[in-house]
Amino acid sequence: MIPLSHYLLLSAIIFGLGVVGVIISRNLIKLLMSVELMLNAANLVFITFARWYGDPGVHIFVFIVFVVAAAEAAVGLSLVIAVFRRKESVDVDILRLLKG
Amino acid sequence: MFELRGLIDTIWGWIAGLLADIGLSAGLVQLIGYAIIAAVLFGVIALVVLFLVWWERKVSAKMQDRLGPMRVGWHGIIQTIADAMKLLQKEDITPKNIDFPIHFWAPVITFVAAFMVYVTVPFGKGLIVADLNVGVLYIIAITTFTVIGLLMAGWGSNNKYALLGGFRSAAQVVSYEVPLTLSLLGVIMISQTLSLGTIVGQQDGFFKWYVWRQPLGFVIFWIAATAECNRTPFDLPEADSELVAGFVTEYSGMKFAMFFLAEFLNMFTASVVAVTLFFGGWMSPFGPDFGPSWLWFFAKTFFFVFVLMWFRWTYPRLRVDQLMGFAWKVLLPLAFLNILLTGLGIYIFD
Amino acid sequence: MDAIVFWIAAGVAVAAAVNLIIQARPINSVLSLVVVLFALAVIYLQLSAEFIAALQIIIYAGAIMVLFLFVVMLLNLKQGDEEGRRGVLHSFGLLLGGAILLEISIVIRLFVPSAIHPGAQAITSNFGSVGQIGRLLFDDYLLPFELTSILLLITVAGALVLAAGRREERE
Repeated sequence: MIPLSHYLLLSAIIFGLGVVGVIISRNLIKLLMSVELMLNAANLVFITFARWYGDPGVHIFVFIVFVVAAAEAAVGLSLVIAVFRRKESVDVDILRLLKG
Repeated sequence: MFELRGLIDTIWGWIAGLLADIGLSAGLVQLIGYAIIAAVLFGVIALVVLFLVWWERKVSAKMQDRLGPMRVGWHGIIQTIADAMKLLQKEDITPKNIDFPIHFWAPVITFVAAFMVYVTVPFGKGLIVADLNVGVLYIIAITTFTVIGLLMAGWGSNNKYALLGGFRSAAQVVSYEVPLTLSLLGVIMISQTLSLGTIVGQQDGFFKWYVWRQPLGFVIFWIAATAECNRTPFDLPEADSELVAGFVTEYSGMKFAMFFLAEFLNMFTASVVAVTLFFGGWMSPFGPDFGPSWLWFFAKTFFFVFVLMWFRWTYPRLRVDQLMGFAWKVLLPLAFLNILLTGLGIYIFD
Repeated sequence: MDAIVFWIAAGVAVAAAVNLIIQARPINSVLSLVVVLFALAVIYLQLSAEFIAALQIIIYAGAIMVLFLFVVMLLNLKQGDEEGRRGVLHSFGLLLGGAILLEISIVIRLFVPSAIHPGAQAITSNFGSVGQIGRLLFDDYLLPFELTSILLLITVAGALVLAAGRREERE
C-alpha cells in the first residue's frame, strides 16, 4: 500500500513544476498549461483526502475545479488569440504596454 | 447450450492447472491469464475488422451492381488478409521535415484507443472482460483519445491537406460528441446504472429493449455516431475529392493500415454501443435463452454495421457549414428535449 | 500490484510534467500535459474516485486539451521563440520551485505520519460512484453547481468576444 505522504509528495512535485513552468516559460500557451498543472496538483490532494476521510463531498469540489479549469482555458486561450492577432507573437515579454 | 463462458472457464482451468504445476505463483498465473484474455480479445476483434473490410467492399459492390473482390479465396474472402500482408511489407515512407514523434505516435494512439473500448463490452452471457460500473463513461472517455490521435496525425504530417483534414475531423468529433453523450443519458436515466452488463441484463425480452422507450435518443445517437466514425454523409475529414485523403495523406504501409483498421473498428464500436444500450445486447428477441447469446450479439452488431455501410453508399457528403450547424442547432436541442421527455416519463410512470 | 501501478503512474506523471516545461515547442508541451492528465486519472482510480477519473479524461484530455491543440496549431508560431533567453528568471523559477517543493516536503515530513495510507480507511462500496456524486451534486451542492453553469455561460460570451475580435478588424 502507498502511504499518504507519497500522494502528497507527488502533488507537491507537480505543483512545484507548475510554478517553475509559469515563471520560466516565455510562451503564453505554455504558461497557461503550467497553471493547469498546478490545478491538477491541487486536485490530487483533494482526491487523496477524500479517500482518507471517506468524504465524497470533496469530489464535488474537484468537479467544480474542472469546470473552472475549462472556463479558464477557454478565456485564456481567447486572450492568447487576441494577443497574437495584435502582436503576431505569444511571447510574454512583448506585452509591456503598461510598463512605465 | 452453445454458451462460450463454460468452455472458456474449462480451458482456462486446464491452463491454470498446468501453469501451477510447473511452479508459477498464483499472482503470476493471474497475470498470464490477463495477458491471454487481452490476446484473445485482440485476435477476435482483429478478425472481425478484417471481415468488415471485405464486407464493406462486397456491400458497395452489390449496391453498384459489381462483383467486388472475387479472386482470392471463396468470393474473395481472404482478400483483406492479402491486402494487410501487402501493407505490412510495404516500405514505411516518412515525409521530410515532419514532427517525427508526433507523426509516429498518432496511428498508435488511434489504434490502441479503438481497441481499449472492448474491455467493458458484454459479448455474450458472461463474456465480458471487466464489467466496470462506469462502463458507458469509460467508452466515452476512451473514444475522446481518437480526436487527439487525429489532430496529431494532421499536425505531424507537415501537409496542408492533412492538417485541414485533422482540423475538420477534430471539430466534427468534438461537436458530435456532445449530442452523442446526451442521447445516451436517456438510457442511463431509465436503467439507473452505467454498467453495460447490467444494462443488457435489464433488457431481457423484445419489448424491454430500450429503443422502444428511447426512439428519439436512438436516432440522435445513431446520427451522431455516424459522424463520430467519420462515415458518409459525415466523411469530411478524409473527403477524398477535396482533401486527397485528409489526415492519412502522408501515411503509408503499416501506419496507414493502423488508421484504416481503427476506422473500421470505430464503426464496429458504434454498432456495439447501439446494440448494447438500445437493442438488448446479447439478449435474443425471443427471451434470454433462445440460441447462443454471442451469436445474437454479433448478428445484431453486424446488422448495424451494414446500416452504416448502406448510409455510405447512399448519401452524398455534407458541406462543412451544414455539418456544424446540424450538430449544434438540430441534434443538441433534440437531445435536451429527449432528456426532458425521459425525465417526465420516469416521473409520471414510475 | 497497487504499489507498482502507483509508481509507474507517478513516474510517468512527473516525467511528462518535466517534459512539458523543457520542451521548446508548444505542441509537445500540450501532448505531455495529456500524458500527465492520463497518469493522474490512473491514480484517481486507485483512490476509488471512478467518476472523477472518467471526467478527468473526458473534460481535461478530451475537451480542454483539444482546445489547446487547436490554438497551438492555428496560431502557427515561429519555432525557436524559446531559445537563447535563459537569464535571471530561469534560475529564479528553479529556485522558487525548489523552495516550494522543499517547504511542502518538510510540512509532509513533520505533520503526516509516514505509516498511514489513504486506502486503509473503510468506505462504503458506492464511494465515488456516479450515483453518489450525482445525488450530492443535486441535493447538497446545488447552488455551486448552478453557479458553475452561469460561469460557463459568461465564459462562452467572453471567449467569443475576445477571440472573434472587433468587426472592423475582421474585415
